[in-house]
Amino acid sequence: MRDVAVVAFAQSHHVRREQARNEVEMVMPVLHQVKTELGIDQSQIDFTCSGSTDYLAGSAFSFVMTLDGVGASPPISESHVEMDAAWALYEAWVKIQTGAADTALVYGYGKSSPGALRDVLSRQLDPYYLGPLWPDSVALAALQARACLDGGVTTVEEMAEIAARSRRAAADNPFAQLQGSDDPAVLLKEAEIAAPLRRHDCPPITDGAAAIVLAAGDRARELTDAPAWIRGIDHRIEAHSLGVRDLTTSPSTALAAARSGVADAPVELAELHAPFTHQEVIVRTALGLGGDVTVNPSGGPLAANPLIAGGLIRIGEAARRVSSGEAGRAVAHATSGPCLQQNLVCVLEGERGH
Amino acid sequence: MSEAEILSAPLVLEYPFKRTVGPVQSAFLTGLREGMVLGVRAEDGRVLCPPVEYDPVTSAELTELVELPATGRVTTWSWEPAPRAGQPLDHPFAWALVQIDGADTGLLHALDAGSPDEVTTGMRVRVRWNDEREGAITDIACFEPAGDEEGGQ
Repeated sequence: MRDVAVVAFAQSHHVRREQARNEVEMVMPVLHQVKTELGIDQSQIDFTCSGSTDYLAGSAFSFVMTLDGVGASPPISESHVEMDAAWALYEAWVKIQTGAADTALVYGYGKSSPGALRDVLSRQLDPYYLGPLWPDSVALAALQARACLDGGVTTVEEMAEIAARSRRAAADNPFAQLQGSDDPAVLLKEAEIAAPLRRHDCPPITDGAAAIVLAAGDRARELTDAPAWIRGIDHRIEAHSLGVRDLTTSPSTALAAARSGVADAPVELAELHAPFTHQEVIVRTALGLGGDVTVNPSGGPLAANPLIAGGLIRIGEAARRVSSGEAGRAVAHATSGPCLQQNLVCVLEGERGH
Repeated sequence: MSEAEILSAPLVLEYPFKRTVGPVQSAFLTGLREGMVLGVRAEDGRVLCPPVEYDPVTSAELTELVELPATGRVTTWSWEPAPRAGQPLDHPFAWALVQIDGADTGLLHALDAGSPDEVTTGMRVRVRWNDEREGAITDIACFEPAGDEEGGQ
């Protein structure tokens, strides 16, 4: 295996509505930022891989517009995933493993504000049994939350504490959309919006973008003094039908964690892509994280959840804290699909762990 | 740029795909049209409803269809206080995963229960059929509470 590191990370200031800028204008500043930080231009990027979705952009092959912004002439080696850009990062990592690239630019963006996100997300469901019923993303998460409450996996009090802790942590994150929170006891006095979920249990709807640069071995050390080395990365998927899954557990996360070596050494910090409060409990359990692990110091997806970029940002936030020395070993997690259907786990270590 | 200067126009996005549904899903959907609920037997003997063409554990092709009653019990649910366009009911309802009697997995649909106080995990429900059926999941109008009716458990 080649050693591959995150050498740069940038994200947008996440907002509810990015009205004045289109997707290209939203993503270009973060691309410029990572390249400027490293002192490189597109000609020094061996492979470019993006995540975006036509269902948000409202047109077919919408990623080509952003690719034009990146600069695809003279021709570049590139690829695209119609899913969270954490999976674009996985593809770039594989590309570097093959030896076909030493550096890769990965980016993702989601502008959810032009449409009704809850309706749009229902279109990712099985078109025979689920799609015709238009079940929305919050309703499905609420089914999972109920199963967790019934099964004793969590409590509404713990869920409110997760919401408050996340949004208070986000007060130190200048890119977060929601910062600060009432006390959990106050949150619990609010009415349920999709019982058993209250508003605080749900992620905000966000417009935003993020970019990461990966580099292999000595090229990573040339580009930065503090690479965040990817020591393990794996992603797994479960059955699509919610009715065949045990919604209170995440076997795909547990398997990805085992394959990426999460338990091989102590974890100090975790950035988890658990958009709904109860999902943090499921993911934390599946990863086997103890109570001493700092979870989502950025505020996580409960403080800003740009679709498609949200998972990549977890890797970026974990890498940033590894590079700064705040954590020696960190775990990042990304999810995709309804009720944590698909999950990616990435283990990052600083140079001292090398 | 101030908000007043931002131009916008409506855009209705459609993905008008037509699909074939294959031997198992076709049988299930045709069954619904006839007012019948079908499941499929998985390799481990479990009955999956709604049925799928491939075993979710082993990926083996599944072919043994099983006729099931139009009753079951709620395994988990959430409350929809403000139904959205296209959803099964236009007044508040519960989303529920319903384990059809004789099946081992859940089917997602609406439960017309009046209020969240009327819904409990484990409650018994029965299918309310649409009068006009066309071979679609929406041939089930929704589920409704079935009180203490005998179940298949």
